[in-house]
Amino acid sequence: MSFNASAKLWQKKDLLGIKDLSAQEIGLILETAESFKEISTREIKKVPTLRGKTVVTLFYEASTRTRTSFEIAAKRLSADTINISVSTSSVVKGETLLDTALNLQAMEPDILILRHNASGAPNMLAKALRASVINAGDGFREHPTQALLDMMTVREKKGDLRGLLLAIVGDIAHSRVARSNIYGFTKMGARVRVVAPPTLIPRGIESLGVEVCHHLLEGIRGADVVMALRIQKERLQGAFFPSEREYSRFFGLSRRVLEQAAPEALVMHPGPMNRGVEISPDVADGPFSVILDQVTNGVAVRMAVLYLLAGGIRGEDLH
Amino acid sequence: MRICIKGARLIDPSQGMDGPADIWIREGLVETICRAGSSLPGATEHTRVLDAKGKVVVPGLVDMHVHLREPGQEYKETIQTGTMAAAAGGVTSLACMPNTDPVADHGAVIEFVLHQAQKNGSVRVHPVGAITKGLKGEALSEIGELREAGAVAISDDGKSVGNALVMRRAMEYARGFGLPVISHCEDKSLSGQGVMNEGEVSLELGLRGIPALAEEVMVARDLLLAEWTGCHLHIAHVSTAGSVRLIRDAKARGVKVTAEATPHHLILTQEAVRQWDTDTKVNPPLRTQQDVEALQEALRDGTIDVIATDHAPHARVDKEVEYDFAAFGISGLETLVGLTLMLVERGVLDLQEWVRKLSCNPARILGIKAGTLAPGSPADLVILDPESSWKVDPARFYSKGKNTPFKNWTLRGRVLHTMVGGRTVYNLES
Ligand SMILES: [Zn+2]
Repeated sequence: MSFNASAKLWQKKDLLGIKDLSAQEIGLILETAESFKEISTREIKKVPTLRGKTVVTLFYEASTRTRTSFEIAAKRLSADTINISVSTSSVVKGETLLDTALNLQAMEPDILILRHNASGAPNMLAKALRASVINAGDGFREHPTQALLDMMTVREKKGDLRGLLLAIVGDIAHSRVARSNIYGFTKMGARVRVVAPPTLIPRGIESLGVEVCHHLLEGIRGADVVMALRIQKERLQGAFFPSEREYSRFFGLSRRVLEQAAPEALVMHPGPMNRGVEISPDVADGPFSVILDQVTNGVAVRMAVLYLLAGGIRGEDLH
Repeated sequence: MRICIKGARLIDPSQGMDGPADIWIREGLVETICRAGSSLPGATEHTRVLDAKGKVVVPGLVDMHVHLREPGQEYKETIQTGTMAAAAGGVTSLACMPNTDPVADHGAVIEFVLHQAQKNGSVRVHPVGAITKGLKGEALSEIGELREAGAVAISDDGKSVGNALVMRRAMEYARGFGLPVISHCEDKSLSGQGVMNEGEVSLELGLRGIPALAEEVMVARDLLLAEWTGCHLHIAHVSTAGSVRLIRDAKARGVKVTAEATPHHLILTQEAVRQWDTDTKVNPPLRTQQDVEALQEALRDGTIDVIATDHAPHARVDKEVEYDFAAFGISGLETLVGLTLMLVERGVLDLQEWVRKLSCNPARILGIKAGTLAPGSPADLVILDPESSWKVDPARFYSKGKNTPFKNWTLRGRVLHTMVGGRTVYNLES
């Protein structure tokens, strides 16, 4: 496909969440990412596509993986990258997010990538800035590039998302990864089931078109993809479950448990993993684990998003 | 000097009046009410005549839930700006909440507020004292001293008294002084770090939810305590269908309970939060359509006695931040009339009932001289144009708090003139 054509299909200034995307737009990002993936296997892993563009990553939460992935993606497209890390405590005390953003705006970045612990922070920035804003994870709301790389990985292995059953196991209530994946997979024609004790499932989640199951074996029965979520100890101080030991006993993925899933079911995890809590080591590193493919595809997906938001550049031939 | 307001439609449920009338005012009091067009014998000279033909005159509104922020947070509001906003909103008497800095938990703060209001205020100010020292929920304030200093009720508004025994003692003790206890019903262990109603919208926005349950659990407890102690309990800012049901049942049993709802809870739902406008962040949060309908029904059947604004002004710096970090509250005084007349237009209330909920009932609950234009009462009144439309422009608010989710709404029904004790405190034209 032609990159110029694909860029015309993309009309949005920002990528704030999967909820705002149509199936067509998701398909466009995934196709673009698939064609970009090859660049990372070249000896010279760099194309001049975003030369002269400035990409700023603004992270209010520590996340080395996501930031590095975005940074590599930007660099492979020849953009200039600047990383800014802010500790969240300074937000409450000193400069507001809006102040920071307006200061950055004055330096004319083209794309701003924001990770923030408050839901909706990227929406606020997108309204205030001329630059494109990419949500690299906000509060409990969305983590769109994570869902895109998950969809890309499943597509790669299974061909098509239509008709597949995805089981997401773990802390659905506090997970932006779960929300973005629910929107993404259901839009692309898959079924989604969420599996967790009721304390970790938000009320009314059925309204998003998912099935709810509180029993692990039933929950992953017949699933083509099983996605474990990280148990975030620091966020779970409200008696959501009695102990890690009990959680791992009833909701941890083990080889025995996975026998319930469809044959050759993929095992995914957005990382970083608590091996032995939500996922046992033999599953994490086992034959059906695609956890490292997720990381690889993360770079391709982020290249695609940067490319589309930057407006699909100047007829460069990438092949 | 006499004042005569001529030719208006006077609506005063306290006297069962609704019709054209001339209102004569002398020395700050209502002198008499005559049939429109008739002359008052002996009243020939020095009469200031206000022609109010086609307009509506009602007793001055009584807003029993206002945060004036002074002392302590004058950057958000002062007694001067807050009472000016009240006057512009048609409010002639207000009760102000004790969550100031210092907290109004002793007589000196009550006296300070009354003194400032006397000096700089446009309308009558009735302070509410704190139930517990420092609003900490532990030790009772000196409630007798608060009353002596001029407090009309006690409340830890902004917080609940979490400890049921402390609340029981407060109710028993306040009953002895004839003070109503105004309860902000919120079980903090259930509302936690929530910032909006828990439900479909919080799920999608990824915001921490405040369940309806957090309010209802506390409403249920306080109703039981009121029944047990015989205290007059007034429940502030009711926001859920479940609370309405509990209050309705308690009233039917004869529990001495009254309740209020705010204009924003009667009009907006949680859907408003989708725009990420932090001016929609309030406590209790905006709820669902079913809750709004239950509140309207409760207003109709008398389960809810009062509409109060919960005027909570904030500076821009408190609101121009991430939704999680924004302050709770809406600046409500200046949109009160326009928003509540929407309820009249939608048939939730008729104008008589409207006056009752906004003037007579709160005055009765607080035990203050207001809510009536019977001859001999203070001439606190509002002249309204119920037909005139206007656009909400927070930049033109008298309140320092520009935080309203109703910005740019076109509202019908406008305050033309507000009078306190026969003195004009607000006039739209000037
Ligand atoms: Zn309150």
